[in-house]
Amino acid sequence: MNGRDIQLDEHGRLRHFLTTEGLPRDLLERILDTAGSFTGVIEKSIKTVPLLRGRTVINLFFEASTRTRTTFELAAKRLSSDVLNIDVATSATSKGESLLDMLRNLEAMQCDMFVVRHAESGAAHFIAEHVGDDVAVINAGDGRHAHPTQAMLDMYTIRRHKGAFEPLRVAIVGDILHSRVARSQIHALNGLGAGEVRVVGPRTLLPRDVERLGVHVYHDITEGLRDVDVVITLRLQRERMRGALLPSEQEYYQLYGITEERLALAKPDAIVMHPGPINRGVEIESAVADGERSVILNQVTNGIAVRMAIMSMCLEGRGTPAEEDA
Amino acid sequence: MSGSTLIRGGRIVDPAEGVDRIADLYVADGRIIGLDTPPDGFQPQETIDAAGKLVIPGLVDLAAHLREPGAKHKADIVHELHAAAAGGITTVCASPATQPVIDSTAVLELVQGQAEKAGASRLAPLGALTAGLEGEHLSQMAALTRAGCVAVSDGGRPVGNRLVLRRALEYAATYGITVMLTPQDPDLTSGSAMHEGWVATRLGIAGIPVAAETTALAVALALVEETGARVHFNRLSSARGAAMVARARREGLPVSADVAMHQLFLTEMDVSGFASLCNVMPPLRGESDRSALRRAVADGTIEAVCSDHQPHDTDAKAAPFVAAEPGISGLDTLLALALRLHDENLLPLPDAIARVTSGPAGALGLAAGTLRPGAPADLCVVDPSAPWWLTTETMNSRGHNTPMLGWELTGRVARTLMDGVTVHRTA
Repeated sequence: MNGRDIQLDEHGRLRHFLTTEGLPRDLLERILDTAGSFTGVIEKSIKTVPLLRGRTVINLFFEASTRTRTTFELAAKRLSSDVLNIDVATSATSKGESLLDMLRNLEAMQCDMFVVRHAESGAAHFIAEHVGDDVAVINAGDGRHAHPTQAMLDMYTIRRHKGAFEPLRVAIVGDILHSRVARSQIHALNGLGAGEVRVVGPRTLLPRDVERLGVHVYHDITEGLRDVDVVITLRLQRERMRGALLPSEQEYYQLYGITEERLALAKPDAIVMHPGPINRGVEIESAVADGERSVILNQVTNGIAVRMAIMSMCLEGRGTPAEEDA
Repeated sequence: MSGSTLIRGGRIVDPAEGVDRIADLYVADGRIIGLDTPPDGFQPQETIDAAGKLVIPGLVDLAAHLREPGAKHKADIVHELHAAAAGGITTVCASPATQPVIDSTAVLELVQGQAEKAGASRLAPLGALTAGLEGEHLSQMAALTRAGCVAVSDGGRPVGNRLVLRRALEYAATYGITVMLTPQDPDLTSGSAMHEGWVATRLGIAGIPVAAETTALAVALALVEETGARVHFNRLSSARGAAMVARARREGLPVSADVAMHQLFLTEMDVSGFASLCNVMPPLRGESDRSALRRAVADGTIEAVCSDHQPHDTDAKAAPFVAAEPGISGLDTLLALALRLHDENLLPLPDAIARVTSGPAGALGLAAGTLRPGAPADLCVVDPSAPWWLTTETMNSRGHNTPMLGWELTGRVARTLMDGVTVHRTA
């Protein structure tokens, strides 16, 4: 299964949004176009559109994440839907209720969409397989597998700065092994026709056979950054040192830290991205993070528009509640 | 002469004796008493018409979890031994990884009592290699084997401490006890649920490298050289693992090996889409591993194929891939898949039968897996061309957890005899 079977309906419309893998190019582009139309809304004084009026969105977060949850909540509210946040860490599953029992109970509340974050890879797929036909599932990050809305907002940011994807060389630097963001970025970049996608890191942080995802592998940062248009640097989790994957933050910074000096190897107009939160002095130099080529803060703003686009597209084929009442 | 049975006109395939021809088979007093011509004064109380059917030794399965004691919500001994009989398996080597573990004669007697009550296939219990299968202290393996355990096993929980493993092998060797080991290095498998390859990379699931198997094999083989213990490697998963066992055998080490039947049909690709039913340990590996394992089965390097039967309740698999419990329910499919290996031209029919009868019996030195006169009359009559679909309705095991649901299979048991007594008959 390449993700297409469960994500798309018979007309090729989005039913769920679980992964960027296998999605057709025109659909990926339509998400970016739709996000573009919402960017105008956000910048207006009245920041809402009535697309999801009468709908109920449940943010189901099994893993804490203030930032991602907040942008989903804002996106849902700007689409005029009702939003319910469920912090599952303090909820029923910790009392022994199974995930499936919990879903059944929530579905009984007539919700239209689950936005799911979970520590296990495949959790969003599992939930999508078990909800009723009229409920959409959006993956807000599952284990190491996928974080497709984050990847789409990164694509949106890249397109705003760079235009077409074909001529672009993109380097993703760091802990690819544990990164759901990197996996989703790789599939999205390839799906949108990016010229070349590179991954850069030590072998302990690159998953086996990663080149089969459609990337070129570099272990030397100076080779990996040469002539690229986009540099995406990933957050390095402190626990990687405990798992014997790296000797120290210092050695990592020496070998893979994004510095002004190294950035000079990239194209003169290259942009620098980071999915956040940043470890300054570990994966990126402060001067770069705050520098003119950094688009890190734009990424956060664009997140709301992209999530509005995906949420509205997942529900657009399903008839509004008003029609159902009539 | 009691319980005398004539099995008439079937194609007798007894690989241990090199027999493959249409013949009559004579059974009395629970034993095979003749082939072709009736023994003097033979009067059958029952005649089974086996025309157009195969008559083969009852299957011997080296690895099955029966879940009792401790997990009767998943399966129980009585039920699973009947399912085995329906699948043509007359000898079931039961894993010691129950709760409590089969590391004392008390638990062993409980298990044996349940098997007696079943009145179905034969239970051949495996004792725990270490107390509680915790890998720290030796179990009372001499007492366990005297009380009926056919071998001792790590129960799929590999011993990490090499000193303990060495002592366990030395102690077992003292009494000529066969040791069954699952070659998996515990440090290289922790936190993982699938083969470390590109599917795991796509799905973002921590992978188990082939080196988890080969490092454990290397350690065990070095200790076999040191101790002379007789070791059977349970459930190989990789091409390199099979090659290491082949080399050790050429060098004359007293080792043997089996593979789980599902490893010969499924690969990591079947996990795509987070298929919890394909969560098994050791994991489904790559296509090149699968074809190497098939070659090793064909050439006899791997002389046994087991069901690796691990029945579960539905809740155990109703979870995201990593959180699901590992294992496939395999008793129902062992025979039909062995026949399929032959249908796919991997090996001649007698060899396919040997891998599930005389091969596993030989690995543990069991008096089973043959139709030789004098042997226990454990046999099955099989309709080799009967098609059927694997569904929750056609499965006899209580565990319906198999990714093969919906497969069309060929070859169905018509009758199973154990000690000359019919323990299963298909209506």
